[in-house]
Amino acid sequence: MISSNTYDAIIIGGGHNGLVAAAYLARAGKKVVVLERRHIVGGAAVTEEIFPGYKFTEFSYVVSLLRPEIIRDLELPKHGLKILPLPSTFTPMDNGDYLASWDDHDLTRREIYRHSPLDAEAYDEYSRVMARAAKAIKPIINLIPPDPSSLHPRDLFNLLKLGQYAASLSEKELYMIAKLVTQSSADLLEEWFETDALKGTKAASGIIGTFLGPRSPGTAYVLLHHYMGEIDGAFRAWGFAKGGSGGVSGAIANAARALGVEIRVNSPVKQVKVKSDPSTGSGQARVTGVVLENGDEIDSKVVMSAADPKRTFLQFVEPKHFPDEFVTAIQNFRVRGSSGKVNIALSRLPRFTALPDEPALYRGAVSISPSIDYIERAYDDAKYGQISRRPYLDMIFPSMIDPDMAPPGQHVLSCFVQYAPYDVEGGWTDEKRNQLGEAVISTIEQYAPDIRECIVGMQVISPKDIESIAGITGGNIFHGELLLHQIFFLRPVPQWADFRTPLKGYYFGASGAHPGGGVMGAAGMLAAKEILKDGF
Amino acid sequence: MFNLKTTPFHERTSKLCQPQNWRKWAGYFVAGSYEHTLDREYWAIRNAAALIDVTPLMKYVIKGKDAAALLHRVTTRDIYKMKVGQIYYTGWCDDEGKMIDDGTVSRLDDSTFRLTAAEPNLRWLTMNAAGMDVQISDVTDEVAALSFQGPNTRKVLNLVCEKPVDELKYFRLMTNTIQGVGVTISRTGYTGDLGYEIWMDNNDALKVWDALMEAGADYGITPVGILAMDMARVEAGLFMLDVDYTSTTHAWIEAQKSSPFELGLDWTVALDKPGYFVGRRALEREKREGSAWKMVGLEVDWDGMEKIYKQVGLPPQIPGMAVRASLPILVGSVQVGYASTSSWSPLLKKYIALAHLQRPYYEIGTEVRMEITVEHHRQYAPARVVKLPFYEPEWKRR
Repeated sequence: MISSNTYDAIIIGGGHNGLVAAAYLARAGKKVVVLERRHIVGGAAVTEEIFPGYKFTEFSYVVSLLRPEIIRDLELPKHGLKILPLPSTFTPMDNGDYLASWDDHDLTRREIYRHSPLDAEAYDEYSRVMARAAKAIKPIINLIPPDPSSLHPRDLFNLLKLGQYAASLSEKELYMIAKLVTQSSADLLEEWFETDALKGTKAASGIIGTFLGPRSPGTAYVLLHHYMGEIDGAFRAWGFAKGGSGGVSGAIANAARALGVEIRVNSPVKQVKVKSDPSTGSGQARVTGVVLENGDEIDSKVVMSAADPKRTFLQFVEPKHFPDEFVTAIQNFRVRGSSGKVNIALSRLPRFTALPDEPALYRGAVSISPSIDYIERAYDDAKYGQISRRPYLDMIFPSMIDPDMAPPGQHVLSCFVQYAPYDVEGGWTDEKRNQLGEAVISTIEQYAPDIRECIVGMQVISPKDIESIAGITGGNIFHGELLLHQIFFLRPVPQWADFRTPLKGYYFGASGAHPGGGVMGAAGMLAAKEILKDGF
Repeated sequence: MFNLKTTPFHERTSKLCQPQNWRKWAGYFVAGSYEHTLDREYWAIRNAAALIDVTPLMKYVIKGKDAAALLHRVTTRDIYKMKVGQIYYTGWCDDEGKMIDDGTVSRLDDSTFRLTAAEPNLRWLTMNAAGMDVQISDVTDEVAALSFQGPNTRKVLNLVCEKPVDELKYFRLMTNTIQGVGVTISRTGYTGDLGYEIWMDNNDALKVWDALMEAGADYGITPVGILAMDMARVEAGLFMLDVDYTSTTHAWIEAQKSSPFELGLDWTVALDKPGYFVGRRALEREKREGSAWKMVGLEVDWDGMEKIYKQVGLPPQIPGMAVRASLPILVGSVQVGYASTSSWSPLLKKYIALAHLQRPYYEIGTEVRMEITVEHHRQYAPARVVKLPFYEPEWKRR
């Protein structure tokens, strides 16, 4: 009778990484179960109908980095995945004008030229330089990070590969990368551009998901991280998944089920079961399964956590099973949530005063980022525990891209808001939540004065809500900031960036692992491949 | 609705463009052709007078005490030697001696130049002008341009211009008046035939167009699109950015870049000119050591091609326009280069190509084979390296 609750592998967490890992393991013939705390899968990549008829892509809302090999390997299109184009970005300016960019090069050049002929050219060159840097860094993403201090043959081999790769880069490329990892996004952008709205909009992507401002060193790298999605060129950059981000999770879940994965919802894990391994004789501990909150036990020699690093290493497993330094490092891992989400049901589209007759731009992103100073000021508020009075907003109208997201003629608006600090002064209360909602609406109102008339319903998500609903400790959208000291072989902890952990049979494959966040799936895929390498 | 720009001639050209085959060129729309087949337009270039809207060419006015110094620094030509009214064709390079772009420099007066380019170069010019007393303005959207090409163009211009153009020499310019409108006329073009380019304020564009069309009616004046011009420029051995070479600013990898020597522009690289210019050291080294590649002309052997087609029972099938597809060039069974543009030459009755070959295969007379697709099968037609241009009428410079 043991067989029914015994699996080759248990995956904790049915977010996209957990589902990807499960699918890859099942594809290799393993019997896998995914345990999801909530009643739906997807984690932070979910779509929910908070108001009847209006589908909110609640947390994560765009797809840029979902690895194409995952789409191919798991045949995701067959399981319902469609990534629809997000063809433009529009930034309303304080003088009533706007700045737009399209996926068409000539149109974008013409538009930027209107603001600055020099910037129009610099934009081309900058895009190429960033794309080249992204291309140069891309192979690193798919390489299991070697531990530079280890003499393990695998590490040495990977280190050698990395060394060879670094040697293949030109001197110029190396300098460029060195600058990108040390500069602030403001410094980098000021080297290139003079138009405030252009710099503001570009800088915004350097601070998303961090608790840093555009003038903080290291943010230039985050900017590059966001460029990764663009290097596949025609193979696609930013997009919006049919049905919202829940559409991505749904497709992966369908693919996983088709491969034989069992997905159990409403199954929160209480504890990972650990016992000393008699076979080693040394008393080294190893996992034997998990205990659910309801007391059920499930057995497996392999458990992979797709939860955040804090839960994975400080909650599911008693810290005594890990070395002290490891525990300290996880405790120090920075997961400061800095952003929130406001999802709005609309009776009609609001009118941006800068765009009298241009419905086309409502099909792309709307960025409230008129200048670097604007964003830095928003950060200033947050540094001292306040919600930004005038936050940076990255908005899309999902219903303009996928008409099935709202009732015919009506719309949904997804607003990513930064900064909304997790540790807001006085803690997150309904009053604070209302304050965040109001900051967003009054900010939009500056550019689209009729926004309030269109609102049918509104959902405000604070970092605290990201923590309590999606289960991400600290409410950081990347499960841990993409800071230089938290990436690559340092993510989540030095020496343990290869998806293994000090506890035998326990693996970690989520956004808090290499190569980091975004609806990318790479951590889940790479972790599954490492698990399979270990043989079980 | 957001869209690309139309040129100041659009009011006329849009009514004439039968196939509605608008092409994108540097952020503008221009007519691909005005008729459904290219024959008449091509022959207007070679036999009469072709009127081509080339407004999208990037145009910069460079003015000031250091204008000559800036262009001397940026381009490969000796700008200090240039006389007022003279025009140089030139490429410009990055510091590794690889081509960024190419175009013409016109000396309008002692301290004023006009530079044309295929791509935006304002940033590059501005960066190089650090510390110089010079103003650089992008006049692309203010200055309309017509290329007037073909053996009858001089006669037509003499009819409409206040001053005759008979004395205007090859690669020189003059100011003139057409219908009371001030224009600059340069004896330049992209066809390798007798021809002129007429530069005017946007607001005067239609007046000049109408005057030329009226005066040219008896001389076979024909509005011509860029597709027919593309065939003529291949015959003239003139290359095109992004088709026949990749700008260093666009290149993803080193191998995509080209030096002026590799493009056959040896004559434009004035290594004897005084002082520094961008790319000088790299170009000196390449001159010393020789170039790894060279752009040459290829003539496909008609009899050889006929034989290959005969095997499937067909006569040779050649597209009636320039083809911008890369075609492998082999010697024996080893690839030694590629053709970047190939075209049927209606005048020469030859299948010709601009090809990039590795040393030593770029020597004139080398026998090579060019890939052709015959009834869905890859075949290799015999071809020979020839001197460029393929066609140069004696009246081009006279």
